[in-house]
Amino acid sequence: MSGSATEPRDAVLEAARLRYVLRLADTSLVLGQQLGAWVGHAPALEEELGLANLALDLIGQARLLLSYAGELEGRGRDEDQLAFLRDAPEFANLALAEQPNGDFAQTIVRQWLLDGWQLEIYQGLGDSCDPRLAAIAAKALKETRYHHRFSSGWLIRLGDGTEESRRRTQRSLDDLWRFTDEFFAPDEVDERVSAAGIAPPLSLQAPAWSARVDEALAAATLRRPPAQPYPWHGKRGVHTEHLSHLLGEMQHLQRTYPGARW
Amino acid sequence: MSEDWPLFEVFIRSRAGLEHKHVGSLHAADARMAIEHARDVYTRRQEGVSIWVVPSAQIIASDPAEAESLFEPARDKVYRHPTFYAIPEEVKNL
Repeated sequence: MSGSATEPRDAVLEAARLRYVLRLADTSLVLGQQLGAWVGHAPALEEELGLANLALDLIGQARLLLSYAGELEGRGRDEDQLAFLRDAPEFANLALAEQPNGDFAQTIVRQWLLDGWQLEIYQGLGDSCDPRLAAIAAKALKETRYHHRFSSGWLIRLGDGTEESRRRTQRSLDDLWRFTDEFFAPDEVDERVSAAGIAPPLSLQAPAWSARVDEALAAATLRRPPAQPYPWHGKRGVHTEHLSHLLGEMQHLQRTYPGARW
Repeated sequence: MSEDWPLFEVFIRSRAGLEHKHVGSLHAADARMAIEHARDVYTRRQEGVSIWVVPSAQIIASDPAEAESLFEPARDKVYRHPTFYAIPEEVKNL
């Protein structure tokens, strides 16, 4: 936040709007980049195409959102510059998105948790007073409904599957659960954009997400881990070490050969 | 992993009003997964508006060894083709 008491209120709101759009954009971008790494390694050819399709949807969302962020920022940075030339502390993705792929169960649990979050956010943005954001969310919502169908289907198969798949899925859930703490915990940015009608209040969205989680966990015969307070918050730019490694790979080409195209 | 899954045949309807056409096959654990896989594998380039999947084991096929007795008798019966009619120009597809 660049806001200070002496700035006019509009500038503070615009800074919050930019920050909010970057949170959505970076979460999609980082998650899409992660899923791309499954290509060539997924347990079945059909799943590999499925994960790659999710990745492409997410990167498509990131492109629209980053382009908008670049315009809001007004410093002449386009989607590529924002994606490839920012350092980790400038990224505003939820920390869950940057957690490693791990095994297939971990990828599915991470996906399912974030799909549920995106489902609520994109649904809520349908009523946004920001027409650009509402239009991007409407497109993304159709994609996200399929993503959630895909990931919750797998969550249930794995949880209610074999002894081994159940053990791995529960372990991933226990490991990753703490990263959901920031999903619906509003900070200054969230409060400003919801007060302005740009985004719905997170406190209204949390119960729907939570109910959806419980429904899938019951079908998957998995245990909901207890709430855990969590000190790092990706959306505020406080990341785990994994993000730097991911960006190192994702940004390598543009950093080494600036402006390279093909 | 996918080798443990049964095979499904996939049929895609490319546009409303057209018939479903066989496009290929895939492995899936069950019918729901087969539809999802078919969507991901066969409709990525907007190939369709509807998907059917059928367990390959449910398809009853003719025996290639019987091809002679099944199909050759039709060969010398050209009169079964409606080739002796004049087709009006306005008819585009027949």
